[in-house]
Amino acid sequence: MTEIVRDRIDVALTVNGEPVEARVPAGQHLIDFLRLELGLTGAHASCEHGVCGACTIRVDGDAVRGCLMLAAQADGAEVWTVEGLTDTGEIADLQAAFVARNALQCGFCTPGMLVAAQELLARGGAPSRGEIREHLSGNYCRCTGYEAIVDAVEAVAMARAGAAAQEGGGGA
Amino acid sequence: MTIAFGNPDRPNSYIGKTVPRPNAPRLVQGRGRFVDDITLPRMAHVAFVRSPYAHARIGGIDAAAAKAVKGVLRVFTGADIAEVCTPWVAVLAHLKGLKSPPQHALATDRATWVGEPVAAVLATTRAAAEEAASLVEVAYEALPVVTDMMSALDETTPVIHPDLGDNLAFRRLHDEGDVEGAFAGAHAVVSARFRTARHTGVTLEPRSILVDWNPAEGQLVAWHATQAPHMMQTVLAKHLALPESRVRVICGDVGGSYGIKVHVYPDEVATAAIAKIMGRPVKFVADRLESFTTDIHARDHIVDARLAVDEAGRILAFDVDDWTAIGPYSVYPRTSAIEGNQVVNLCGGPYDFANYRARTTVVFQNKTPTCQYRAVGHPIAVAITEGLVDMAAAELGMDPVEIRRRNLYADDAYPATSPAKMRFEGLSHHASLDKLVALMDYDALRADQAAARKRGVHRGIGIASFIELTNPSPFMYGIGGARISAQDGCTVRMDPDGSVVALSGVTEQGQGTEAMLAQIVAEGVGVSPSEVRVVTGDTQVTPYGGGTWASRGAGIGGEAALQAARALRDSILEVAAAMLQSEPGRLDIRAGAVVDPDTGEERLSLAELGRIVYFRGDTLPKGLPRELVQTRHFITSEYPFAFTNGVQASYLEVDVETGVVTLLKHWCVEDCGRIVNPQLVDEQIRGGIVQGLGGALYEEIHYDEEGQLLNGSMADYLVPMAAETPDMIVGHVETPTKESLLGAKGAGEAGTAGAPAAVMNAINDALRPLGAQVTEMPFTPERILRALGAIED
Ligand code: FES
Ligand code: FES
Repeated sequence: MTEIVRDRIDVALTVNGEPVEARVPAGQHLIDFLRLELGLTGAHASCEHGVCGACTIRVDGDAVRGCLMLAAQADGAEVWTVEGLTDTGEIADLQAAFVARNALQCGFCTPGMLVAAQELLARGGAPSRGEIREHLSGNYCRCTGYEAIVDAVEAVAMARAGAAAQEGGGGA
Repeated sequence: MTIAFGNPDRPNSYIGKTVPRPNAPRLVQGRGRFVDDITLPRMAHVAFVRSPYAHARIGGIDAAAAKAVKGVLRVFTGADIAEVCTPWVAVLAHLKGLKSPPQHALATDRATWVGEPVAAVLATTRAAAEEAASLVEVAYEALPVVTDMMSALDETTPVIHPDLGDNLAFRRLHDEGDVEGAFAGAHAVVSARFRTARHTGVTLEPRSILVDWNPAEGQLVAWHATQAPHMMQTVLAKHLALPESRVRVICGDVGGSYGIKVHVYPDEVATAAIAKIMGRPVKFVADRLESFTTDIHARDHIVDARLAVDEAGRILAFDVDDWTAIGPYSVYPRTSAIEGNQVVNLCGGPYDFANYRARTTVVFQNKTPTCQYRAVGHPIAVAITEGLVDMAAAELGMDPVEIRRRNLYADDAYPATSPAKMRFEGLSHHASLDKLVALMDYDALRADQAAARKRGVHRGIGIASFIELTNPSPFMYGIGGARISAQDGCTVRMDPDGSVVALSGVTEQGQGTEAMLAQIVAEGVGVSPSEVRVVTGDTQVTPYGGGTWASRGAGIGGEAALQAARALRDSILEVAAAMLQSEPGRLDIRAGAVVDPDTGEERLSLAELGRIVYFRGDTLPKGLPRELVQTRHFITSEYPFAFTNGVQASYLEVDVETGVVTLLKHWCVEDCGRIVNPQLVDEQIRGGIVQGLGGALYEEIHYDEEGQLLNGSMADYLVPMAAETPDMIVGHVETPTKESLLGAKGAGEAGTAGAPAAVMNAINDALRPLGAQVTEMPFTPERILRALGAIED
């Protein structure tokens, strides 16, 4: 164990659209690399066990647990955190809905929750409340009781589906 | 003063409206600043060596291997820390007979629960500190372990703290009226043994503290995830022998508290002691196993209780025998006797009856210490009370709503004093129950239940009325000798641009405290909430206060803010009157400008007033007060506690083949007095309900007989997740307290108080035709199948 921790590995990846090159301890988890080395403290570590979803980030298009993946495994990957998704405006409507609906209290779960919700929303269509609850059932929130989160995600899904229909529908 | 809060058309009508939280955009963008997000120059990390034994004598500590790990700065034993940090004893004078031994930040001679810190390793990285901590060799000599609650006082059970004489921490008996006589003459008596499981809060952000001792300044600064910064200031100063004025506690974003982060934890005090020894910043963030073994636990109660009723279903008497085990120490400084004491105070709370006996017995054991957790004692008292009331209704063949109508305090019965000697200023049980029955369409739900039953589907409806204690006066802690403030203060000032800053002693853990304060101040002064910046959580900056617990943020902190804001308004109008050659009474402030109150016509913007006061004071009359800043403090004085009330209902389905409970819907009507922000109140209720649902269905800390905690991970200690949680309908009745201008009583805990009882009653409503009943939480599939006789062994 000790030896593995001491080993260092060179990685090159993009994080939030910017190139990153680093020499990381072989045993360092991606969430710790992002938080400690890059100062990206938006995603949080909570269970460090893959259970709670607080560390959820996007790696090569998928929502993944930053506490289960090693930084070394992210070599060559494209990583997005809530900070980057904020800068690009990709989840601006979802963030606005979370604020309007008060779908966060302490906000500790929120960055992970947003990445997980955006993964579902990106599939398009209008998921049912049950589907939203199912999709978010790996993201733990101790404050809200989830209903406001489901409301916010549902509202964004409907708004995006409506916008897509209008775009696609043209004059029909 | 009169503010017509009920009139939505009044000027500056922000109180009572849903106003967005100023801190929410920051949190959704990942720009929160939690303790673990803070990095300071020369910061070191501490990891703790924790006892693997529930009870053991600590022999030698060999740190040679640990010290060899690269990056390790120092290893501390209990004796090292005791040199700079005094132990504490968690008793309160008004809880007569409560005893607890001195507790050290790091155990010195004995470890008394699995997880108690016995040594600490400081290193330049957390990884190194953790690795080295695992290499510290402690010679333990195992001692006899006490885990069982009900036999803790038996003669044959070892005494955990021989100096205390026995394992009894606290006992209280309250006896009112003629309980034996009432039971002897009763038409019907129902009884049951209730059990609430050992819970913990599972805050998503683990307990966290970063402490910097700057010897050059002689000041200790702690960035702490806490609910009570001023209390922590006092505690750190006292036990590290520093003047209170030289300790500053800063509480930024906190990732969930629920009562977990209002206590003094030995590892956090040890972190401060280590920072003081080393003269550099030291960070401690608990890992998840540490959270499970060292965050306070709660709710571990076994209660035998009975209820006597007459033939009309009128309650004659309650008789309650409550037992709880609190671990090896009472927790500092609030003590671990409060929960049992609350059970005695609160059983039978909603009902008008005469004869009441309740006893709580609080014992020591070798498990994680327990203490106050959201809705302290309420879920237990409500489960006992409402469980028995439903059993009595069933015994009499009476509808559960009807038996409550016959016993709830009448809405015009106030002021009233309960047989537990709780004083109620004004509650609304009947109005709340009527509203609930209408909201849930009770008759239609009964029809749906009957139709489902015909299909062989077992659905149940459960009702639970409750009272909730809020806004505590010094009768809660202060009279017992604890330096825990029941008052709170707020400073409100106007800056040159006409914007307003409010500094408050209550804190934000996500409830929306800062939004609530902003809208109160906005209304009180006469500006838009977006013109109000709120500062909380810094003992060097805010007025002294108690912080956020017992649902006191709006009721106490909000009232201080309102009074300070109104006083600032008066100051502004005095200056404006001088400038406009008018009189304060003939001017008003609306939307950031001084106006004519009759026409609404703007006379002077606050920015212009600010410019004159701060930069051209020479143009104002000599002797005119220019203080555009006011501070007010508020404390309740008429009643020891405010009480809120409410009623919840659960509709659910029990699969009698698998024992699985599916929650279909949940309702809550509650009366928290004045509602400052409807959305924030509703979300407090919803979040609280779901914590209560966790207790009813999932949450239970398991120990084996050796005191080993068996399910210390989020995968093993189950809490409600999105997929199992129902939608919740929330309604309100508003009975403002007359103790304050604002009239808010608090809403943070009502959801948690009533939800478990509602679920229990709904399950038993579903099971009753099958002759089964459950009273032991959580209601797991196994327990339900046992009740149904489907599992026997
Ligand atoms: S911290 Fe990664 S899932 Fe909990
Ligand atoms: S908002 Fe606190 S954990 Fe979700």
